[in-house]
Amino acid sequence: MLKSILKFASPRLANRARRLPLYILLTGASLVMLFPFAWMFSSSFKPDADIFSFPIQWIPQNLFPQNYLRFWQSVHYGQLLSNTTFLAVMITVLQIVTSTLAGYAFAKIQFPENRIIFLCYLATLMVPFQVVMIPQFVTIRLLGLMDSLWAIVLIQAFNPFGVFLMRQFFLNIPIELSEAARIDGLSEFGIYTRIILPLSKPAIAALAIFTSVAVWNDFLTPLIYLNSSSKWTIQLGLRSLFAEYSADYGGVMAGAVLSILPVLLIFILLQRYFIEGIAMSGIKG
Amino acid sequence: MNKRRLSRDNRNRLTALVFLTPNLLGFLVFTMIPIGVGIGMSFFKWDGANDPVFIGLTNFARMFTDSKFQNALQVTFLYTALTVPVTIVLSLLVASLLTANIRFTTLYRSIFFFPYIASIVAVAIVWQFLYHAEMGPINEFLRSIGIADPPRWTSSKDTALVAVAIMNTWRSVGYYMVLYIAGIVGIPGVYYEAAEVDGANVWQKFRHITLPMLSPTTFFIVIISIINSFQSFTPIYVMTGGGPGTATQVLVFRIYEEAFVLSNFGYASAMAFVLFLIVLLFTIFQFRWQEKQVVYLE
Repeated sequence: MLKSILKFASPRLANRARRLPLYILLTGASLVMLFPFAWMFSSSFKPDADIFSFPIQWIPQNLFPQNYLRFWQSVHYGQLLSNTTFLAVMITVLQIVTSTLAGYAFAKIQFPENRIIFLCYLATLMVPFQVVMIPQFVTIRLLGLMDSLWAIVLIQAFNPFGVFLMRQFFLNIPIELSEAARIDGLSEFGIYTRIILPLSKPAIAALAIFTSVAVWNDFLTPLIYLNSSSKWTIQLGLRSLFAEYSADYGGVMAGAVLSILPVLLIFILLQRYFIEGIAMSGIKG
Repeated sequence: MNKRRLSRDNRNRLTALVFLTPNLLGFLVFTMIPIGVGIGMSFFKWDGANDPVFIGLTNFARMFTDSKFQNALQVTFLYTALTVPVTIVLSLLVASLLTANIRFTTLYRSIFFFPYIASIVAVAIVWQFLYHAEMGPINEFLRSIGIADPPRWTSSKDTALVAVAIMNTWRSVGYYMVLYIAGIVGIPGVYYEAAEVDGANVWQKFRHITLPMLSPTTFFIVIISIINSFQSFTPIYVMTGGGPGTATQVLVFRIYEEAFVLSNFGYASAMAFVLFLIVLLFTIFQFRWQEKQVVYLE
């Protein structure tokens, strides 16, 4: 009995033993990748004096949650959180509504200017942000929206990348579906809402995740437009705390944890969309 | 064109316009028109307050004598040379390990990928602490293994750019890994089966199947990673602020400073235009190369 089990199991065991170096290599590399996060997390619970002690105390000897309290108060984190959430939600919703509509026109409606307008969209994807950032700044100033969250909304909600992503996805939905619906008397808008959108949930989810994470992490656009600290985003608040009180290690570490945590949660819940989404948009970009 | 076709065209045009308008408006006002204005602005002198003055090619001529601009260009190229090759080799390595027949691949992939979506500001700050010359864990570790005088990382002119490059490599390996994994998964299994019949070992299979079949992916990754590294801004702004001295002043940093600190909108636009030309050059290069590619698949 035992012999036959061994006989059955041994090729698998041998196989696994051969792969052991692979696991060691990957685990070692993973530890390097995780090291800064682990150190940040552990440091955020330590008093300043313990943060730089070496060898590193991974589990804080003196638990010091005051860092979080201090960070929360010094940058008015509640305000920053509500500003950043407003931007992420507003921009993501606008981006999805307008990109799916435009993507539908490009993928499913044959009109003479289709190719040329889409080419314009495509061409702008190559243009670096730095080329448009000054004219955008001038436009926003003309609109009287300096130091307003709406400046960021307007600038980021119509990103051509979303239109590109949606068009590519809609093209793969068989045209017969729309035609059958049309024969059944559905209007063009009905086909968009009742046929195309429900079939595009993965692509919409990917775009929603990309957009909201990008807005959450964005630094340059808020840096250009938001001056008063009551309008700041989390990233701006964190960087200003770091610039002004770079010796408040614990407070800054707590801030870093709080600015990464929401993205980590979304990533754990929805990670397959992240990775599939990048593969979907990146490879044939 | 007959009448019926014309009326159908017009009807479709109207429908398309309804669907397009919300995005097209924003696209025109905040992307399309700014591109034109931005390029046009590079031929003007403008401080953003008084009337702009047309000065022809003066902004571009100024770059030839502007040592700050030349330094920025140099730093940008050096930064690209420091990040791109290492990042690509590492991401290919990780991707090929993670497509081998092993367990926990999803967990490993997530670990490698996560730094790419974690807040750049937070990550840059944590690395800045890790790099701390006297107290940082990196130098404490180096001292503990007998290196008495470890590098001063971001606080020294000689190592600051390398320090930022290491951080950025750590941050972006996972992104290119995902692209490589998609490429590797797309290689038909029959090639490997045939090679196994012929007795090829792991290295031979990698060298003679994986690598050549991935060449379109690699080329694509080379181009976008060059373009991305040319546009790197936030890690540098947060970690070194362009310093020490001008050691990490990349082109994009220079453009930002010229525009929003010194209010030289014209000159900043001209530099942005040069950045655009460089990016365009790489993009054209990529398209040309893609057309010439032998298509292995299909």
